[in-house]
Amino acid sequence: MNKKLLLYPVERLGHQMMEIMPALGRISIYMYESFLWFLRPPLRLNLFIQQIVFIGNKSLFIIFLTSSFSGMVFAFQIYTGFTAFSVDSFVGPIVAIAVCKELAPVLSGLVVAGRCGAAMAAEIGTMKVTEQVDALEVMGVNSIQYLAVPKIFATIIAMPMLTAIFMLIANTGSYIVGTKVLGIDSVAYFAKISDFMNLTMVVEGLIKAAVFGYLISVIGTYQGFAVKGGAEGVGKGTNLAVVWGMIVVLVVDFFLTAILNKIL
Amino acid sequence: MNEEKFSIEFNHLTKTFGDHTVLNGLDFNIHEGKITTILGFSGAGKSTLLKHILGIFHPTDGQVKVLGQDLRNLNEKQIREFRTNFGMVFQYAALFDSMTIFENVAFPMREFENLSEEQIKKKVISLLEQVGLEEHAYYKLPSEISGGMRKRVGLARALALKPKVMLYDEPTTGLDPITTHMVDDLIRNTHQGNSDIKMTSVIISHDIAATLRISDYVAFLEKGRVVEHSAVEDFRNSSHPVIRKFIELST
Repeated sequence: MNKKLLLYPVERLGHQMMEIMPALGRISIYMYESFLWFLRPPLRLNLFIQQIVFIGNKSLFIIFLTSSFSGMVFAFQIYTGFTAFSVDSFVGPIVAIAVCKELAPVLSGLVVAGRCGAAMAAEIGTMKVTEQVDALEVMGVNSIQYLAVPKIFATIIAMPMLTAIFMLIANTGSYIVGTKVLGIDSVAYFAKISDFMNLTMVVEGLIKAAVFGYLISVIGTYQGFAVKGGAEGVGKGTNLAVVWGMIVVLVVDFFLTAILNKIL
Repeated sequence: MNEEKFSIEFNHLTKTFGDHTVLNGLDFNIHEGKITTILGFSGAGKSTLLKHILGIFHPTDGQVKVLGQDLRNLNEKQIREFRTNFGMVFQYAALFDSMTIFENVAFPMREFENLSEEQIKKKVISLLEQVGLEEHAYYKLPSEISGGMRKRVGLARALALKPKVMLYDEPTTGLDPITTHMVDDLIRNTHQGNSDIKMTSVIISHDIAATLRISDYVAFLEKGRVVEHSAVEDFRNSSHPVIRKFIELST
């Protein structure tokens, strides 16, 4: 009995590993396949443009909301702490560094994972359960190349753009709150930013954004192709795309930060 | 002597998934230029057989030759190119729901043929007329037309590249009797209309009435084996107990 109890957690862990490992294997194969199809013609420019519009243009409003309020709130919070030490002019650089290196790519990633990762999984999943994916394959059209590659390519391009816009709006929000509401001198605000910020920090944020874009779109499209069953399967696939997309953004951010801090 | 020609040959085809044997040493050939219906109960292996024809599945044992070609000898790119020889009508049409009817039929042409927009338009309209679709439906979305019309569009799309082999997966499932008759006639007329290229039609079905009405040959699958493969008249008079039961229960 005691032996059984002792072995139970090991057994559970073993079972979980047996579920996780094949899934990791499948997604690795999918990443490899999608990469190969990425390199092969034809380049479906019209599908790519459609996706850029969907992922980029149509995410602008939510990015605008997220970035403006994050920047403004962050300025308030930093100011509260910094006035105690009379270093309130440092609000500008602190917000700028945090936004460019972390907040902009991570929050943009979470927004895109929630909005576009879910849409990718739902679209491909619905096509899968209604045999539209089979129809493509039977015609001799590779479904990964036709459905996934334009989405992956578009997300890799759109994410850094959205992140750059996020950086700009969040810093503008912080500047407005800092100088107009909290009374920080605007010359000092910019002077401190130019003292502490450099282009590498912006580049770091943009690199992260491109990597997140790749991972979010791979997960979203993979979950779409992995859908089984009917509407319930599509719902599950969509849910998994969002959950895993967000988890991956947060976890990979840590490792990317560690790597980029050494490289850049 | 009139030598029989076959479009598809199954030589001792066996397919297993783990411990489960779906196709068990299947041996039969599908005649070129004829309509062959593959009948059988649910789970008899009909869809698995269809996937072997398309090269989606490969045999565990035995061989499948389509248009004289063993699909196992082709790489992925060659299989994709080879699939342009097929046209397939799906059970629920499987039209691309984000495209209009016109765009659906134009899709294979845009993918595989180097035609101008004017030529594509001409060809699409000709195909849609061939399947009896009226002009007002051309620019509607699949969700805006009836099930019968969707089947017609599916057929027009399948015919877009003038396939040598037409595959129909349960073409009349979910349709009312009148629409079922209409689809049957359409299959027969399409087949006859493409006799110049000796188009072979393979229908996967449960529908015994439609099978007897439109087929030239019938193959009956049971537990992964072909228990009868004969001309439709011989099939009608088959003494095989399972086939008799199937015919009686269906009529």
